[in-house]
Amino acid sequence: MIAVHHSTIRKVLPVGAAVLLATACSSAATTGADAGPPRSGGTLTLAVGSNPDCLDPQQVGTNAALNVGRQLVDSLTDQDSATGEIKPWLAESWETNATSTSFTFHLRSGATFSDGTPVDAPAVKTSFDGIKALGAKSLLGSGYLAAYTGSTVLDPRTVRLDFSAPSAQFLQASSTMSLGVLAPAAYRKTPDQRCQGDGLIGSGPFVFESFKQNSELVIAKRKGYAWGSSLWKHQGEAYLDKIDYKIVPEPGVRTGSLLSGQLDATTEVQPVDEAQFQGNGFTESTRPNPGVVFNLTANVTRGVLADEKVRQAVGKGVNRQEVTETVLSPNYKPATSILASTTPLYTNLSAQLAYDPAGAAALLDGDGWVPGPDGIRTKGGQRLGAKVVFAAAFNQSQSVLELIQQQLRKVGFDLAIELHTTAETLQIQQSGAYDFLWYNVTRADPDILRNQFSAKAGNRSHLPAGTPLDTALDQQAATADSAARKPGAEQAQQLIVDHAYAIPVFELTQVVASSSRAHGVSFEASSRLQLFDAWVS
Amino acid sequence: MRNHVIRRILQALVVLWAAFTLSFVILYLLPGDAVLAKLGGGEGAQTVTREQLQQAREAYGLNDPWPVQYGKRLLAALHGDFGTSIATGDSAAHQVLSALPPTLAVTGLGLALAVLFGGGVALLGTYTRFRWLNNLLLSLPSLGTALPVFWVGLVLIQIFSFRLRVLPALGNHGVQSLVLPAITLALPTGAVIGQVLAKSLRTQLAEPYIEIVMAKGASRARVHFGHALRNAAMPALTLVGVVSGQLLAGSVVTETVFSREGIGRVTASAVSLQDIPVVQAVIVLAAFFFVTINLLVDLLYPLLDPRTRNREAARG
Repeated sequence: MIAVHHSTIRKVLPVGAAVLLATACSSAATTGADAGPPRSGGTLTLAVGSNPDCLDPQQVGTNAALNVGRQLVDSLTDQDSATGEIKPWLAESWETNATSTSFTFHLRSGATFSDGTPVDAPAVKTSFDGIKALGAKSLLGSGYLAAYTGSTVLDPRTVRLDFSAPSAQFLQASSTMSLGVLAPAAYRKTPDQRCQGDGLIGSGPFVFESFKQNSELVIAKRKGYAWGSSLWKHQGEAYLDKIDYKIVPEPGVRTGSLLSGQLDATTEVQPVDEAQFQGNGFTESTRPNPGVVFNLTANVTRGVLADEKVRQAVGKGVNRQEVTETVLSPNYKPATSILASTTPLYTNLSAQLAYDPAGAAALLDGDGWVPGPDGIRTKGGQRLGAKVVFAAAFNQSQSVLELIQQQLRKVGFDLAIELHTTAETLQIQQSGAYDFLWYNVTRADPDILRNQFSAKAGNRSHLPAGTPLDTALDQQAATADSAARKPGAEQAQQLIVDHAYAIPVFELTQVVASSSRAHGVSFEASSRLQLFDAWVS
Repeated sequence: MRNHVIRRILQALVVLWAAFTLSFVILYLLPGDAVLAKLGGGEGAQTVTREQLQQAREAYGLNDPWPVQYGKRLLAALHGDFGTSIATGDSAAHQVLSALPPTLAVTGLGLALAVLFGGGVALLGTYTRFRWLNNLLLSLPSLGTALPVFWVGLVLIQIFSFRLRVLPALGNHGVQSLVLPAITLALPTGAVIGQVLAKSLRTQLAEPYIEIVMAKGASRARVHFGHALRNAAMPALTLVGVVSGQLLAGSVVTETVFSREGIGRVTASAVSLQDIPVVQAVIVLAAFFFVTINLLVDLLYPLLDPRTRNREAARG
């Protein structure tokens, strides 16, 4: 009992001290940057909002699980979160053939898995073949490797991966934790065993230690780690001895626990709680998720949404600034394209996405839609309205959609809101039985547009084959050279916004709050946590 | 007596089978399935293809017609195998059994506190001669039953963890992490026990036999605690059997609020993910507990009340 008391006191004291310090010199901003040089050792206690049901980064698809998995595995490459460029990690260099169907990686020497075996070409081949073999169990990976046909070991440190179709996106995908490399021994265990941490042998800066479902998960520093990504701030071992992920589903408990010193940091800070962590010794790290922003994707085969002018009017009737200012927080940005500003080859289309109710009214007037007695426009007996289907994956979605509903009512458009479970939403998305779909997708590569909008892929807007959009999407997928992909990627964004196949609204943003004890909690290019450079004082 | 026990055990087996079957039917009839729920909840929901969904359903045996799925599951369950969780890859039985001890610790302590609190309030409330104290104590249970568990938990955390910083708000570490969740569970449960016990105590105290006992010169305390309580305890004891089930249900809320490992959280997430193997393992386990506790309560009656003992003897 006495030992127990001590630990409570120890946890409380630093924050008490920090609060005193902040009151003593209230004008001084006590941010993590002032804490002096990073020091090794200690445990970072970090709250996440949901249980990472499975721990194998190759299999998982939830943010909670990806935020853990990222620390356990290394990838062939890393992606610069500032520029989107692909940089060396386990691979020192690589070549791509002209058609982006063949990628040759030259591995660095000296890297080992936590079971002591080397990270060599045969191991990389085993790992990629293993991900392919997972099939649908590797939700993200199997998408990245859709056209993967196999690997060839050219020498112990050189491996070539082949694809049956141009796969420019693969280079970015090779930097994700979903394609992180596991040891050959891992594949002697079943996928279910790896999910539970059994045989989850990576070469990453941390190793799995223990997992209490729905309560906490601990990972520990990998001793002797010396093959970090070229993008990291320091080389050698991670600073932290351990990371203790607390699984805390209640947002209010996450906030209160951080404020009272029971946590060092928390993910998923709710917009209403953000102000409490601005100053007072706390810091916030934020980063918009790259990929497709939260948007209303129109099914152009349904009702009034078949009319392009109607879709364009809806786009003009949405006041994005008001959405981020009233329902979200200043950390969230209004969408300025269908892609978030953190996505490579994003192009700024803010002029086309400005709030313009007069323009919306003019479009609808010209199209023959007349305001009815209840304010909703009609044409030939048809009411101007549509339904939006969504799941509550993001807490504020309901409030955002209710605000958009009010905004669109002002231009005479009746938006009905339909909340479904995640399972039902996926079923509806697959069947195509929706007018508008409300969603976002995280991916730090513009190819996500092909995945979602190409008539040959997801085709969420139900477009006919052979539109100029398909041509643009195919063009950006054909080559791994960023400059060569640019015209296609930009044109695709332009076409989607111009034809209002989707109405972009805001950029989903990760908000992490840290106490004065935690430093360097940061994000990689896909806005997942990268904790190699994190430390505690 | 022996026949009675055998009959009760047979009844219990039927209850277990019914719980197993009903949970399968309900989850099977819900729109969507475990694969949709698993894939729909993550980042991959937007990029998954129809082929991937089909492949995953095939892998988890969800494409089989329902009688085949049900039959396979029942047969395996008879051998103690509830299958593998679709969400976590862990064996459903292991997942449920490993989540059991932390839940039992909280609910056990919660039940003890509930009996203490409910019993104490009812006894004092009916014993005291101060009218104001009497009224105050006896109004506590109705207040207790009106408070939502969720709210009580958050208020306790706010006061004792965030303000006073004497108890942890989250986790499973040590005895001190049990205190707030157990109190949260005990308040509404204790209130129900208190209500029932107070009512039956008052009924008993108005019975003619009390006057006889008093006329024989027994002290007030002896009348109250010795005679009235013994007879009044029967309905409250029956209730303990019922509230044990309520405590398990309440643990869904307390474990979420206090971020604890346990059956409640396992159940909540398995139901929302339509993870049939885990839900069935939980339900069969819960039914087992429910049946066992009620069986025990049933067998305790004769010890407390000679009338039921004689009736059983006459029948058995």
